[in-house]
Amino acid sequence: MTEIAKTTVPPVPPECKTTGVVTVPEPLITARGVNVFYGDKRALNDVSIDIANNQVLAMIGPSGCGKSTFLRCFNRMNDTIDGARVTGSLQLEGQDIYEKRQDVVQLRARIGMVFQKPNPFPKSIYDNVAYGPRIHGLAADRIELDEIVQTSLKRAGLWEEVKDRLAAPGTSLSGGQQQRLCIARTIAVNPEVILMDEPCSALDPIATARIEDLIDELRASYAIIIVTHSMQQAARVSQRTAYFHLGDLIEVGETDRIFTNPRHKLTEDYITGRFG
Amino acid sequence: MSKTVAQTRALVEKSLRRRRLAELRFQAYGIAAVSIGVLFVILLFGSIIAKGAPAFRQAYVTLDVFIDPAVLYPDGIVNPELLATADYVALVRGSLKQRFMDVEGRTATRQLVELVSGSAVQELQALVQANPKRIGTHQKLTFLADDKVDQYLKGNITRSTPEADRSLSDQQLDWVDALRAAKAVELRFNKAFFTHGDSREPEQAGVWGAVVGSLYTLGVTLLLSFPVAVATAIYLEEFARRNRWTDLIEVNINNLAAVPSIVYGLLGLAMFLNFFGMPRSAPLVGGLVLALLTLPTIIIASRAALKAVPPSIREAAMGMGASPIQTVLHHVLPLAMPGMLTGTIIGMARALGETAPLLMIGMVAFIVDVPGSLSSPATVLPVQVFLWADSPERAFVERTSGAILVLLAFLVLMNATAVILRNRFERRW
Repeated sequence: MTEIAKTTVPPVPPECKTTGVVTVPEPLITARGVNVFYGDKRALNDVSIDIANNQVLAMIGPSGCGKSTFLRCFNRMNDTIDGARVTGSLQLEGQDIYEKRQDVVQLRARIGMVFQKPNPFPKSIYDNVAYGPRIHGLAADRIELDEIVQTSLKRAGLWEEVKDRLAAPGTSLSGGQQQRLCIARTIAVNPEVILMDEPCSALDPIATARIEDLIDELRASYAIIIVTHSMQQAARVSQRTAYFHLGDLIEVGETDRIFTNPRHKLTEDYITGRFG
Repeated sequence: MSKTVAQTRALVEKSLRRRRLAELRFQAYGIAAVSIGVLFVILLFGSIIAKGAPAFRQAYVTLDVFIDPAVLYPDGIVNPELLATADYVALVRGSLKQRFMDVEGRTATRQLVELVSGSAVQELQALVQANPKRIGTHQKLTFLADDKVDQYLKGNITRSTPEADRSLSDQQLDWVDALRAAKAVELRFNKAFFTHGDSREPEQAGVWGAVVGSLYTLGVTLLLSFPVAVATAIYLEEFARRNRWTDLIEVNINNLAAVPSIVYGLLGLAMFLNFFGMPRSAPLVGGLVLALLTLPTIIIASRAALKAVPPSIREAAMGMGASPIQTVLHHVLPLAMPGMLTGTIIGMARALGETAPLLMIGMVAFIVDVPGSLSSPATVLPVQVFLWADSPERAFVERTSGAILVLLAFLVLMNATAVILRNRFERRW
């Protein structure tokens, strides 16, 4: 694990109105005063939060509250949207993510993303997982590449089901298998952080359960940030939870405490189902 | 007032008959429309094939030729240089007179020799020069018959027309009948049509020059228009920012696709021939003009194909850390390729049949030689059809339709290749 320079952790701005403790002892990623504008519309207001390593952070909140927008800030996927503007500071291990010299391609090799609707490439299962290592030059030869593919598929819990048909197209798998394939190809490049944007919302409960188990296993090696609509999922899977509302980060805290003893009224209203 | 279920049902029953009739009428219109279309296609192809099929057979005359050394070396001295300019017509004349011994007088003899095509002289010369050992021997040789004999054998010249209005005299017709009885003249497969270039003599005229010209021209067109159009579409669709300039470009490209093709010919004339001084009538210039013509079509089809690729693929690729170029080349382009190839097929098919712009750059000339390179003068199949359609000789009528059939076969071949290529690229989601 790389050294994290403790001295470069920026302080939380004084105007931060988030309830609960936004910082962690040795953060992997720090966000300070992050705003996101789509044209003139402000989607995210002054969000400050730390992300810890080997931990799952769940971001919950009603539709349109900015959690997916915030998630996409980490790997700069908002750059692809015309008219999107990000201000504030986001640092990965002390390095500014939005610095002009930061290579986006390299950043995305360190921060992987799993999307809501499984989107395997229309290539074979092998090529899906091998694509990342290939373009980043992670394997010296075919044997190493085979190893990476096998390890990734095993860790994603897909190996036993596909080991006999690696040449089959990725799209021939079921929904749950496709999502596990997407997770496999994300971990094939050995990232440090995995972002998950509602990964189970398109899947049935059994597939969802398998993926949640997988997230629990992956926690040992990566930092995981998961956006979810399901509070039960957040309660099952995460150690920290952040509640968003209309672009503001309302409350952050240990998952158990948030769901049993929320401090902010809006959080309480959401969790008890009064709206959302 | 709300109706009871029974009342509603009764009303629906009543309307059903009217609706069924409307449905049947609609079906009838559809079938009628399709039938009319199919009928016209059958009529079109039927008439072209009926007119063009005779062009694939040609009359050939088989003669016993004595390669008389006395004719080739009049002074008795054996001098190979004389072979180039010897009087080969005399050899043909001699052979024919042997068969028709009673032909007397210059006019009659000339009429007799006219039955054989002028190409016989060149063929004899080539034969003798290649193999001087044949001098002094009897050879059974087959030559092209004159186009008028060919037309007589195909029934287009008949004895029922008065002799003054016919191209062959009664005497000539008798001779041909005699030859036919002796199996010395017959209709065979017209190889000359596929191996010769254009000619003033219909029996010697072939499409090969035009086919090669078309191949070269279309080759240049494809090589220039496909990469440029695909690159343009990718840039405009994936990389260019959406602002007033790109909107202007898009509108202009759409307009260019509808510009009459002769305008491109004028552009080619002014720019390529007059300004750059490129060789007139060359496949290179023809290809350049046609490439400009085809570019808008392929660009529009390619952009549509790129737009149809779902953004989730691009997001997945970028999320993996692929650069924008890698995303496009590895993921978007293969998925858009079938649509791009379809646009290319449409563009190429249009380019194959274009005549007007090529006339402007001089490809309307009478070109006899098969083009040897991209800068030698050439003609293309549609122009060849146009030239032959203008010729007065009877034999050119069937050759025009024959050339049209060759053009259509060319087109079908091109489309088949492109469809095969497109199927190989097709992916299932």
